[in-house]
Amino acid sequence: MRPFAAFRALPTLLKIGFAEAVAYRAEMLVWVFATTMPLIMMMLWTSVAAAAPVVGTGGQQWGSGAFVAYFLAVFIVRQLISAWASWEINFEVRQGQLAMRLLRPMHPIISYAMSNLAYMPLRALVTVPVVAVLLATQSGHVATDWRVWLLWLVSMFGAWLITFFVNVAVGSLAFFLESSIKIMDVWLALFFVFSGYLFPLDLFPPWLRATTEWLPFRYQIALPVELMTGKLGLEEGLGLVARQYGWAALLIFLSLTLWRSGVKRFQAYGG
Amino acid sequence: MTRYLRLFGLQFRTSVLLALQYRFDFFIDAAIGLFWTATAVVPLFVVYGDASRPGIPGWSFGESLVVVACFITLQAVLDGAINPGLQAVIDHIRKGTLDFVLLKPADAQFLVSTSRFQLWRVSGLIQAAIVFGLAFRQLDRLPSVFGVLSASLLLGVATLLLYSLWILIISAAFIVVKVDNLTYLFTSIFDAARWPSSVFRGPVKFFFTFVIPLAVMTTYPAEALLGRLELQTLGFAIAGSLTFAGVARAVWLQSIAHYSSAGG
Repeated sequence: MRPFAAFRALPTLLKIGFAEAVAYRAEMLVWVFATTMPLIMMMLWTSVAAAAPVVGTGGQQWGSGAFVAYFLAVFIVRQLISAWASWEINFEVRQGQLAMRLLRPMHPIISYAMSNLAYMPLRALVTVPVVAVLLATQSGHVATDWRVWLLWLVSMFGAWLITFFVNVAVGSLAFFLESSIKIMDVWLALFFVFSGYLFPLDLFPPWLRATTEWLPFRYQIALPVELMTGKLGLEEGLGLVARQYGWAALLIFLSLTLWRSGVKRFQAYGG
Repeated sequence: MTRYLRLFGLQFRTSVLLALQYRFDFFIDAAIGLFWTATAVVPLFVVYGDASRPGIPGWSFGESLVVVACFITLQAVLDGAINPGLQAVIDHIRKGTLDFVLLKPADAQFLVSTSRFQLWRVSGLIQAAIVFGLAFRQLDRLPSVFGVLSASLLLGVATLLLYSLWILIISAAFIVVKVDNLTYLFTSIFDAARWPSSVFRGPVKFFFTFVIPLAVMTTYPAEALLGRLELQTLGFAIAGSLTFAGVARAVWLQSIAHYSSAGG
């Protein structure tokens, strides 16, 4: 495969993906509405903080407002970093449809990535009302430094890279197992607990809080969210974003290795 | 009636045979279930982890664990007995094969509801039992016999409610056809039932009590187990959900009557 030819095809791939997103807009909306967890957790934590602010590991005060801002940000981040390649790969391996993708003069992972990224403009549009509510009601809990916002953009891309390549890595396991969707389930459960999706990591006991710094999950949700809500300064944020890209690089390497050895076993059974 | 019992026996036997064919799945399901149980329990440990934290208003750690245990029980019922059958209907509607079900000389709602069971999801009930055990050890007392009876009754009522909600969703599927991920949407709305309903306030509380009665499903049985549910509330819950089930049945019959077949 010539890399430059692939680059020239990228805009077209994005256009196709975007058209697909528009065509399946109703289905996409259902997926968005199904992201209820941050809102459920928001209700739990605001009711806990109603009487007195919750105190975090480092002595941070979490009042109702801070929780509302945190979970609205979680909702936004979760919408924009999501990836579903693992389910796609599992499905296409089992149905044999992957054979079609392998025939094209382009790495299948690139086409998965592009169709995934093409959904983002529509998803971003859906999060606009949530952003508006966040800015209107909790402006005290939103970062004000433009450099932090720049870093936020970088961290969002890093978070998406991690999510996407975990999907590819687990999806590639479908070449070796009958189906790897259950492994994805385990990953998701761990992700829920350790990413800051269910509660701010500040509320973990200190040793667990320290452990999360070394796991990939934190860099998927908590890092961008903390940048958005002004919990992280520029310097601290930079260090964490560096680690985030470290994880992304590791996962890219892992998933490419798994994919390469998996494709060799692929027999295109089924349709 | 005996005919339907026999039919149920037959349909159930296919599910049993299918489950026995994939015996190993029991362990996989149980292991993955453990992770999901952890996601339901860990936030409570965080909420009550520090003695200085106030916790959920009106609920101690042990009491909230009882609610979570009820939630895990119902989730197992939902995944094991309700979702698979109705997922099958959605497939039927999309492929147009529902016609074959409708042609059979038995009640269509009965046929589709009993067509598939995921028996290995009983592992969820074991996990719920563990969380119940943890909760009552934390509370350092046992529920009364009356409490257990009324809680079981309420969990039965909750199953009926979940089932009726599902029937309503399926009826929607007749109209919009493309509803692959409605199962997912439904499961994620049900996620809100994992905490005591006192965390919901204002219009949200109203919504989750009367429109989608999540409060009735997990908080009421938990309160019954804790011996603080009023008899009157129990009566209302039962009457309300029977009405709900009746409405769901009526809507189903209506939409079946207007069903014009997807035709491939």
